[in-house]
Amino acid sequence: MKALSALAATLFALAVWQAIVTLTGLPKFILPGPALVAETWWQNRWLIAEHTWVTAVEVMIGLACGTALGVITALQLANSRAARVLVRPMLVFTQALPVFALAPLLTLWLGYGLWSKVAMAVLIIYFPITSSFFDGLMRTPQGYLDLARTMQASPRAVLWHIRIPAALPSLASGMRLAAVYAPIGAVIGEWVGSSQGLGYLMLLANGRAKTDLMFAAMLTLGVFSVLLHWGMNRATARMAGDGH
Amino acid sequence: MTHAPDLTISGQASIDGAALFAPLTLTLAAGQWTCLLGGSGVGKTTILRLIAGLETRAKFLGQITASDGQPVAERVAYMAQDDLLLPWATVAQNVTLGARLRGETSDLARRDRMIARMRLQDHLTKKPAELSGGQRQRVALARTLMEGRPIVLLDEPFSALDARTRADMQDLAAEALQGRTVLLVTHDPAEAARLGQSITVMTPQGLLRCTPPHAPAPRKVDDLETLETQGALLRLLREDAA
Repeated sequence: MKALSALAATLFALAVWQAIVTLTGLPKFILPGPALVAETWWQNRWLIAEHTWVTAVEVMIGLACGTALGVITALQLANSRAARVLVRPMLVFTQALPVFALAPLLTLWLGYGLWSKVAMAVLIIYFPITSSFFDGLMRTPQGYLDLARTMQASPRAVLWHIRIPAALPSLASGMRLAAVYAPIGAVIGEWVGSSQGLGYLMLLANGRAKTDLMFAAMLTLGVFSVLLHWGMNRATARMAGDGH
Repeated sequence: MTHAPDLTISGQASIDGAALFAPLTLTLAAGQWTCLLGGSGVGKTTILRLIAGLETRAKFLGQITASDGQPVAERVAYMAQDDLLLPWATVAQNVTLGARLRGETSDLARRDRMIARMRLQDHLTKKPAELSGGQRQRVALARTLMEGRPIVLLDEPFSALDARTRADMQDLAAEALQGRTVLLVTHDPAEAARLGQSITVMTPQGLLRCTPPHAPAPRKVDDLETLETQGALLRLLREDAA
């Protein structure tokens, strides 16, 4: 049933797209139709696959590093008042900076290759991960803490056995957001400077007025992001307590 | 379990300068159930939390002492209205929480005895969400017993249960906690009349000692003297509110 409704929605979107192309009669280098994009996609499937792989690697490494960094930061913040006073304002400030503005800087520092894109992905997901996990850690139900206190638990044991498990659903929602944001980060990085990846391919196709290829690459990125989000939902289902 | 001591709390508490309760003295007799009955906001939970060594919003001037001179807070077990079961842990893991939090190895034979005593054998590997309210509160009681503390503080632990389950839990708890110094904070006159070996009503003016029924606790739900006591307690509560 779910698959059926997804199929129906896709067909509907394609129909709307084709209708716009037919009704407006726009030239195909401005707005290519779904049939042409599908054909271009098939003809360039190996090229697109190659660039998708590059972006996927950037995104996965970015997700792993960003999650690890965010988790460590949140634990430090939750554990120490000094860390909260000193680090938290900085964290909020970095979030206030547009990542787009940082991208050229990262390319300058880390080069044209993989790591400047990983850094972009990390940068863009670090805050949502940190802040969601931190909030979870600080919102342990008071009753659990009272109970632990009467059981003479050390702060470390409380963190490990109660606060962290109680915060896992919050971390899971942060990770689900991160799965949507991370590809955006990687693609911004590719736009600013790279010779590989879907972002690069889109820019290249656009520059040469190959709008159909641009569309094919963009839709591939979209499908990749949706699959990543779905995969992350599945992977964090237990953590989020969906199974209860 | 070490021998259960007498416990005395005496002093006064205030919140932001306004008195929560005036100077008072409450003694919990060794090895007995003391029921502290009162309306909302008179500070009965504050008294329980002070004994447990938990944070309260109130400023307390006074002292809490045990008849054997030993420290109090580290010898209490605590059970609240909310069963406080960890939703991600199984029944077995919840029962042994105390040992895990102290970094000790859990005594599994003892755990199994407690679980059998609470008739939870069939639920060992279930998560709390799979249990009924009464079963969950039995897990909480097993966890409390597992601690083996001589002083047990109960903060309205049965008030969220339906009438039948509540009566069952009262019987079970009275039997299981025999010989310990128990403080039961409740707003239910029927509960105080069934379980209290000593009954105190807390009012804004102070503490009123009431005579418990003669029958040994837990008393039958239809015991006449118990019902009379229940009525008398309710009358006291209402007069106090008027």
